[in-house]
Amino acid sequence: MKIIGTGSALPALRVTNDDLAKFLDTSDEWITTRTGIQARHLLSTEDLYDIAVDASVKAIKASGLRPDQIDFLLVSNVANLHVTPGLSAIVQKRIGLTCAGLDINVACAGFVNALMLADGMMKAGHAKNILILCAEEPTKYCDWKERDCSVLFGDGAGAVVVTEGTAFKDVKLTMISDRDVLYYERGMETTPFEKEYIKGQPLVMKGKELFRTAVSESAKDINALLKRNGLQHGDIDWFMLHQANKRIIDGIRHIVGGPDEKYPTVIQKYGNTSSASIPIMLDEMIADGKVKAGQKIVMSAFGAGFVSAACLWEWEF
Amino acid sequence: MATIQDKTRALISSKLKVSENEITPDKNFFNDLGADSLDFVELSMLLEREFNVKFTEAETANVKTVGDLLELIEKHIK
Repeated sequence: MKIIGTGSALPALRVTNDDLAKFLDTSDEWITTRTGIQARHLLSTEDLYDIAVDASVKAIKASGLRPDQIDFLLVSNVANLHVTPGLSAIVQKRIGLTCAGLDINVACAGFVNALMLADGMMKAGHAKNILILCAEEPTKYCDWKERDCSVLFGDGAGAVVVTEGTAFKDVKLTMISDRDVLYYERGMETTPFEKEYIKGQPLVMKGKELFRTAVSESAKDINALLKRNGLQHGDIDWFMLHQANKRIIDGIRHIVGGPDEKYPTVIQKYGNTSSASIPIMLDEMIADGKVKAGQKIVMSAFGAGFVSAACLWEWEF
Repeated sequence: MATIQDKTRALISSKLKVSENEITPDKNFFNDLGADSLDFVELSMLLEREFNVKFTEAETANVKTVGDLLELIEKHIK
């Protein structure tokens, strides 16, 4: 498998830390030192479906394929307005696709999990050209009266078109069941038989526990991937990590090794865009000419579950 | 050979960017040494790797001073 086209889309509204400090008990200094985030984009006049379609159309255009040559649509999304139908079904027609699709929810690790699924579908002969779309609006899970979560997130969409090739070398997935460290509950309807009304709960994050688990498990994934492929950290050109917190990225780097320059970031501009963070960053790096054929690239992500996932590429175009 | 205290002070100094002379047992990480909550998580992870030990959340939650931390490390190493 290889990636032959990328696209990304962000909402028009850019919100800085100073903007947030006008109504939250926070400051630019507080947010920047603890997270590395300086700004984020939030859905306001457009909706998630608009940016999902925009990123997808760009990725298909970049791939050189026509929409009718896409065999399958694989969507990573944690939550959106519709519990059903799935996001893949909602955006399929607007993207110009007629193929089947499905949604996955593996939290912020959705992109790497989708890559694993796409690779398997190709090897099984179910599809040749797959559009992977990661579209997320995590700002809508947060309690905006509190600074703990709301300052961390941004909305965005990233998409890639994958086809047959040999660039995708290996993948490692991890799951450690621990709901309480990070969760969001949507309200559901009440039946006459329930004792308590389940009204939902905005995103809850145990920051210190999450930090510790994210750093240690992602570093374990990456080191295991390197070891079983006979590689050292110095052999890797880019470590593209999920953009949740610059200090988590630094923590992983301290364990895995390598200079800061090999760990690119977009978190300063976009905040945590959940599963969209890696494809958005990849799209920008390809547009900037930073990704070159033959480069060895590690992608690693982690999120609610607790889940983590890492994969290894030797890049082909 | 560097003692547990020496290694711990060196790691605290490097992580929190403070002089080793300032790192005395009575110093509070948050009030005196300028640590935030993530600094302390990062520091505890560095110490776990350095001394090959594993602290529980409850243990690290009770650490306020350099002396508390040294006591915790020594308890795990013994």
